[in-house]
Amino acid sequence: MGACSTRSTRLGNRLHTFKRPSILPGFWPAFGYTAIYLSLIVLVPLSAIFFKTATSSWEHIWTVVTSPQVVASYRLSFGASLAAGGVSVAVGFLVAWVLVRYEFPGKALVDALVDLPFALPTAVAGIALTSLYTENGWIGQYLAPLGIKVAFTPLGVIVALTFIGLPFVIRSVQPVLADADQELEEAASSLGATRWQIFTLVIFPLIRPALLTGFALAFARALGEYGSVIFIAGNLPMKTEITPLLIVTKLEQYDYAGATAIAAALLITSFILLLGINVLQRRTRKFLEPA
Amino acid sequence: MKRTLRIGWSLLTATAMFAANPSSIKLLNVSYDPTRELYQDINAAFAKQWKTKTGVDVQVSQSHGGSGKQARAVIDGLQADIVTLALSYDIDSIAEKARALPANWQSRLPNNSTPYTSTIVFLVRKGNPKHIKDWDDIVKPGVSVITPNPKSSGGARWAYLAAWGYALKKNNNDEAKAQDFVTRLYKNVPVLDSGARGSTTTFAQRGIGDVLLSWENEAYLALNELGKDKVEVVVPAISILAEPPVAVVDKYANKHGNGEVAKAYLEFLYTEEGQEIGAKNFYRPRLEKVAAKYAGRFPKLQLFTIDELFGGWQKTQKKHFDDGGVFDKIYTPGK
Repeated sequence: MGACSTRSTRLGNRLHTFKRPSILPGFWPAFGYTAIYLSLIVLVPLSAIFFKTATSSWEHIWTVVTSPQVVASYRLSFGASLAAGGVSVAVGFLVAWVLVRYEFPGKALVDALVDLPFALPTAVAGIALTSLYTENGWIGQYLAPLGIKVAFTPLGVIVALTFIGLPFVIRSVQPVLADADQELEEAASSLGATRWQIFTLVIFPLIRPALLTGFALAFARALGEYGSVIFIAGNLPMKTEITPLLIVTKLEQYDYAGATAIAAALLITSFILLLGINVLQRRTRKFLEPA
Repeated sequence: MKRTLRIGWSLLTATAMFAANPSSIKLLNVSYDPTRELYQDINAAFAKQWKTKTGVDVQVSQSHGGSGKQARAVIDGLQADIVTLALSYDIDSIAEKARALPANWQSRLPNNSTPYTSTIVFLVRKGNPKHIKDWDDIVKPGVSVITPNPKSSGGARWAYLAAWGYALKKNNNDEAKAQDFVTRLYKNVPVLDSGARGSTTTFAQRGIGDVLLSWENEAYLALNELGKDKVEVVVPAISILAEPPVAVVDKYANKHGNGEVAKAYLEFLYTEEGQEIGAKNFYRPRLEKVAAKYAGRFPKLQLFTIDELFGGWQKTQKKHFDDGGVFDKIYTPGK
């Protein structure tokens, strides 16, 4: 009895340190829901991948995930996703800026347009982009004489991924930019800051976390994207095959273990990258908060 | 106790339903990509015949997709009564991995369980601007060839083997020369779709490529859809005899109590009526009588089989299309 009570107090203490003191009630039910929900929706399906991978020998897994064709696909998938994320950050910031800071007719319409890539079935997007950018497409016919090929090249992959990823950056930056106090900029200006200084020292630090979030979301989405890319990529081995396509191809060859092995490799790498981005983001936030 | 009762009860109702001879039967035919039109016609004709014979309505549902993908769906538990796929390797996989039908399924029906055949032909742009007449013309530099990825498409595997077989025959069975020929062929391919329909769309709708390597039936279908003022069919002098097989999936057909009707459905494909429907949809009939009647529809060409040139599907799959096989080597630099 006595031992039991000491144990329970010890456990209670540990729980106390686990949950930081807060005046908001209802931590345990809320946390319970979160844990169960995340397990059901995210952890269980993902762990199924690792279980299925584990049905194969380490040797086979290693041969699969390091074969030249698969490695070439990582290069394309990660490279194109990073590039598309980068483009989304630059262009997305600009669009968000225009939408927040200026008033113009049809603004509501433009604002609604931003979300369309979310709603459109990705296959439709892929087919539309391919038709536009092939050598005899609306845009492609003007690029071809310049020696620029978009459809069926890695560039086409980047175009599709940028299309898919754009809303993430805009929607992350927009509210932060809207909340940013314009008086800060006025104050900076009255203290003699140049426009460039105002941007780099006042505005940019404010929206940096939001830009990072947008980038992370766009990047993660791009990495897993399948539907739109397979139409525009050309899918040539070693050249324009994205990693998700290889997973599907392996499945169609009945190589379940191989498919899940590549999926696991993709998952682990992107988890590490996303974790890194999150840590980076926390740092920038802490830096902003007054100590 | 309660559970046993419930099981007993459901068994009882099930037998009662059988005894009452249900007035309608549902069959699921899981097929490959370009057979949509064929099986729509077959289903209607078979339902009519079965109704007059037994008084029972049959409703056949169809499912279409890349052959490999469809086979995988059945392995993963799609309860197909019948599979009609692009190549026997895929049905072999169902037999091997899901044990849903016996390994000797191919001997249960005539002609290796293949009621109709097809081949690989070329679809080119109107007027044939690149003068494509035979296999040698499509490996020339500057000719853009559209064909799906053989790893995921059954039709593409037949096309690949047709090219390989042509090169073998031309070069006195020199394997190295055949590989070189096929390598040059795939150098001319700008985009690999995952299935036959995808490639047809790329070629026809998006206007990409000078020549499409296509199932014969798919080529004529495209010709009818697009019009003779857009594309032409070119038949090479030699090609492969593509044998898309059919089979009853015993495990699921028996479970649904459909064993008998599923078997009758496949046998119907071999009858004169079934063969005629096939021929109208540009599948080459097995029955001499029907073949003679529709001779004008199917140009004569020299056809070789996969068994005589490649020693069957299992061997071919391993050598050419499995990971690390010849097809992968084509794309791996420096090998």
